[in-house]
Amino acid sequence: MSMNTQGRPTGTTNVNPSTSSGAALLPDEPLLFEIGDTEHSGVDLPDVTLKADRLGGFRRKMPLDLAGLTEPEAMRHYVRLSRLNYSIDSGMYPLGSCTMKHNPRLNEKMARLPGFADIHPLQPISTVQGALMLMEQLAHWLMTLTNTAAVALSPKAGAHGELLGMMAIKAAQAARGQAHRKIVLVPESAHGTNPATAAFLGYSVRAIPARADGTVDAEAVRNALSDDVAAIMLTNPNTCGLFETQVIDIAQAVHDAGAFFYCDGANFNAIMGVVRPGDLGIDAMHINLHKTFSTPHGGGGPGAGPVVLSAALAPFAPVPFVRRSEGGLELVEHGEGQALGRITAFQGQMGMYVRALTYMLSHGGDGLAQAAKDAVLNANYIKARLQSVFSVPYPQYPCMHEALFDDSFLDQTGVSTLDFAKALIDKGFHPMTMYFPLVVHGAMLVEPTESESKQTLDQFCEIMLELAMDAKAGNKQNFVSAPINAPRRRMDETRAARSPILKWEREDDASEAAQ
Amino acid sequence: MRYLPHSDAERADMLAAIGAQSIEALFSVVPAAAMRSSGLDLPRHSPEFLVEAHMRGLASQNHAAGDGPFFVGAGAYRHHVPATVDHLIQRSEWLTAYTPYQPEISQGTLQMLFEFQTQVAKLTGMDVANASLYDGSTGTAEAVLMARRLTRRNKVLLSGGLHPHYRDVVCGYLKDDADLVCLDASPEGQGDILDRIDDQTAAIVVQTPDFYGHLRNIETAAAVAHAKGALLIVVVTEIVSLGLLEAPGAYGADIVVAEGQSIGNALNFGGPYLGLMATRQQFVRQMPGRVCGETVDADGNRGFVLTLSTREQHIRREKATSNICTNSGLCALAFSIHLGLLGEAGLVKLARLNHERACALADALGTVKNVELLNATFFNEMTIRLPVAAEPVVEQLAGRGILAGVPVSRLEPGRPELENLLVLAATEPNDRCKHC
Amino acid sequence: MTTKYTTDHEYIRIEGATGTVGITLFAQEQLGDIVFVELPGIGKVLNKGDEAAVVESVKAASEIYAPVSGTVTEINTALNSEPGLVNQDPHSAGWMFKIQLSNPSEPRRSAG
Repeated sequence: MSMNTQGRPTGTTNVNPSTSSGAALLPDEPLLFEIGDTEHSGVDLPDVTLKADRLGGFRRKMPLDLAGLTEPEAMRHYVRLSRLNYSIDSGMYPLGSCTMKHNPRLNEKMARLPGFADIHPLQPISTVQGALMLMEQLAHWLMTLTNTAAVALSPKAGAHGELLGMMAIKAAQAARGQAHRKIVLVPESAHGTNPATAAFLGYSVRAIPARADGTVDAEAVRNALSDDVAAIMLTNPNTCGLFETQVIDIAQAVHDAGAFFYCDGANFNAIMGVVRPGDLGIDAMHINLHKTFSTPHGGGGPGAGPVVLSAALAPFAPVPFVRRSEGGLELVEHGEGQALGRITAFQGQMGMYVRALTYMLSHGGDGLAQAAKDAVLNANYIKARLQSVFSVPYPQYPCMHEALFDDSFLDQTGVSTLDFAKALIDKGFHPMTMYFPLVVHGAMLVEPTESESKQTLDQFCEIMLELAMDAKAGNKQNFVSAPINAPRRRMDETRAARSPILKWEREDDASEAAQ
Repeated sequence: MRYLPHSDAERADMLAAIGAQSIEALFSVVPAAAMRSSGLDLPRHSPEFLVEAHMRGLASQNHAAGDGPFFVGAGAYRHHVPATVDHLIQRSEWLTAYTPYQPEISQGTLQMLFEFQTQVAKLTGMDVANASLYDGSTGTAEAVLMARRLTRRNKVLLSGGLHPHYRDVVCGYLKDDADLVCLDASPEGQGDILDRIDDQTAAIVVQTPDFYGHLRNIETAAAVAHAKGALLIVVVTEIVSLGLLEAPGAYGADIVVAEGQSIGNALNFGGPYLGLMATRQQFVRQMPGRVCGETVDADGNRGFVLTLSTREQHIRREKATSNICTNSGLCALAFSIHLGLLGEAGLVKLARLNHERACALADALGTVKNVELLNATFFNEMTIRLPVAAEPVVEQLAGRGILAGVPVSRLEPGRPELENLLVLAATEPNDRCKHC
Repeated sequence: MTTKYTTDHEYIRIEGATGTVGITLFAQEQLGDIVFVELPGIGKVLNKGDEAAVVESVKAASEIYAPVSGTVTEINTALNSEPGLVNQDPHSAGWMFKIQLSNPSEPRRSAG
């Protein structure tokens, strides 16, 4: 036979044994300011000269010094940067309390229709009847899913909604002559936003301890209630992933004591279409459209946090809101009666309303309920598959849409929760939520959402079990040095915080500043 | 259902692994009284083509800005956004990424935020900027709270040229607060604030170009405020203006808050928008919102992280600087890409073009009988006084397909002296031949 | 000169009517890398138990309470640029503030 000695080796025997990191497809990308300059531009515009300006002498003298890129350069810069990100489209986010579900692209397409994207918030009302109809329909879905009397759509995000809900409670207490109520009860396991919001409004926060089973004790709530308590802020399902079994009793006790029940709706995904929070006795609850109703997280916003309100709080809803009148729909933009004022300019996150309503119509009432049930099924499946190795702090009840583990399975291994989570990155998964809720030592909170297939869940569980075995086998090094396969190793956060560098500066400017 | 991966057989397998009879059994802890056995009164799931038809039906009942002559501004501006911007922000890795709390696998978002902060600092002429807030109006309220923390004083003066919605939001945040002084609307651009500053004043809030389009002298405002130990908060609702107008930082602003929608983001009927905030280096630990900083990784390679997070709610809980835990990430990305495409050369051209269009509009309005232009100065927006109430005129023109501007009475109802005023903006899509 | 410790892991080193306040070796270990120290203003009058300073690590902020009542007379400005001194040498170079005791007998009763 003839031997072609120029042939390529096709095996991997000569390859360096270290793991491939995919670095060839993930080149480091310089900063915009290191590749662009003030002359280049990727936008062609007519070059007009101003004969006489009307700028009254306020014309800019300070250099802008903004770097520009032509279109192909910009395309490459932002595509390359994007490839350094993990995303829900590329893998599962087992992030407890974050509900990282699939983001349907129909939502995006609809939000870009000129009839939604290219309308101005202050156009004449007669020219935006479709937009008001959309807001009315979204409100109808939210009120039906929660069995509540009203909804304020305008909050920009969950924490903003929470602020509004508590403002409504404060206003309602004042209207009842109960402004002296200065205490808000917050369970120890609450999201950090809850005490922050209460304190912002001048309330003092009293913590309610959890029972051994991870739920809030109705008796402890009763004991804490008094004539000084304005409200309770409760998350249900709670941050440990459990349904608050005594929630109806708690609501009753809270109302009997003249207080209101604010429900943190961060975990609504577990019960949408299955349980209506209004039936549990809530007075206000924010709904994160970017969690429950699939609007994209976008690397940290924009979110949207509409707040549903009970009949008792409905009169305190802020402006603006949509109202049906003889001539069609109108937008009420100025306070009437007890209404709160405005918490944002304009009408709130219209772009998110479009996406959320598109999602609701796609799923229908039946599909939303099925989604909630699948989310709960998935979390319980993970819990069942992992509980022989991972420690479950509250095993009594089925979990809702997220499974909580603590770090006692890592005892004696020298591996921390953080190390374990970082090792998950090397296996291709985003870490789970760590060290939250604070009531559990070394908490790991896993929320798969309904979007993950059984195959992905099995793969996730197998990797979790494999890592746990590795930790228990004493291979600490694999964890403390993780991640090694990501675009970056662990970052020096101490250095970042001690002498913050928050913007790019030319080297000569930077050294000048240092002197 | 197209978004749910499980087959019934897979659900049964999973239930067997859990040891539960049914999915409903997993909800056994829910009080029976609250469990819905039957469905809610809502439509059933729907195929994509029907959902799309429904949404298109709603959209078709709106008059889009591009459908005809358009002069509406007042805090939200119609600008052309290059196709590249919208293409890039829809990439999975930008659109569907979570907040970059795991920096090792979020360097794209983090580097972009670092670039964004640099762009905002340069535009505003300030030392540092954060990674964005919800929008300009809530950002203004946050700036007021920040100034109070910094000065340990309470009195805050809001200029009569501040966007009325922004004023209302600040009032909403600081409800029942006697130390908040809102000055009367000043549609003629008259000075209204400097003689009210005293040594109890934490901050004054001045917008430029103001709500009525006038350019305000913030250099003098800074000097007077600083002489009394007060801070100057400058609000900018049309960020494109900074391509042509002096940076607030050059005039001595202490905190700059801006609405960034004009660059990269569509009108969207009011949101999502983009709050920009920038300040002096020494105030950075009192600045609310996320901040991204440069550092190195374990191998010594440059990288970026969210930093100074002890200011935020998930650490400080009731002592946080703000209860905000979201920025406006994707809007910040759109802003950063658009501004990266423009660069200095493009932004200056764009700003000049806007001003030129506005000059042409002002000249054209000057020829209309009985219409009085109130502005001696403006960037791309101005106020006119009509001989009659503005709102019905705007309605009438809307009926003819012309969106003529914002009647001031829409934001300031019940004020007869403002009833005839109309605020109009001209931006680059306003071709000269379509004017008036 | 006597050094007293509070149950919150602060120390106060008393010389005459002046006390020097910082946090203990154990406390700095628990907090991890200190990245920022917010010090009280000179002249600030503190009652025992008042929040006097804040130390921040990357992930947490902790309040430092006044171990005695008195007036702040001096602060360790070196911590502004080098907060890591609290980690390296908490009892000496990493001190935080000095306080003029308003009631010199107070610490003996309760801070031991």
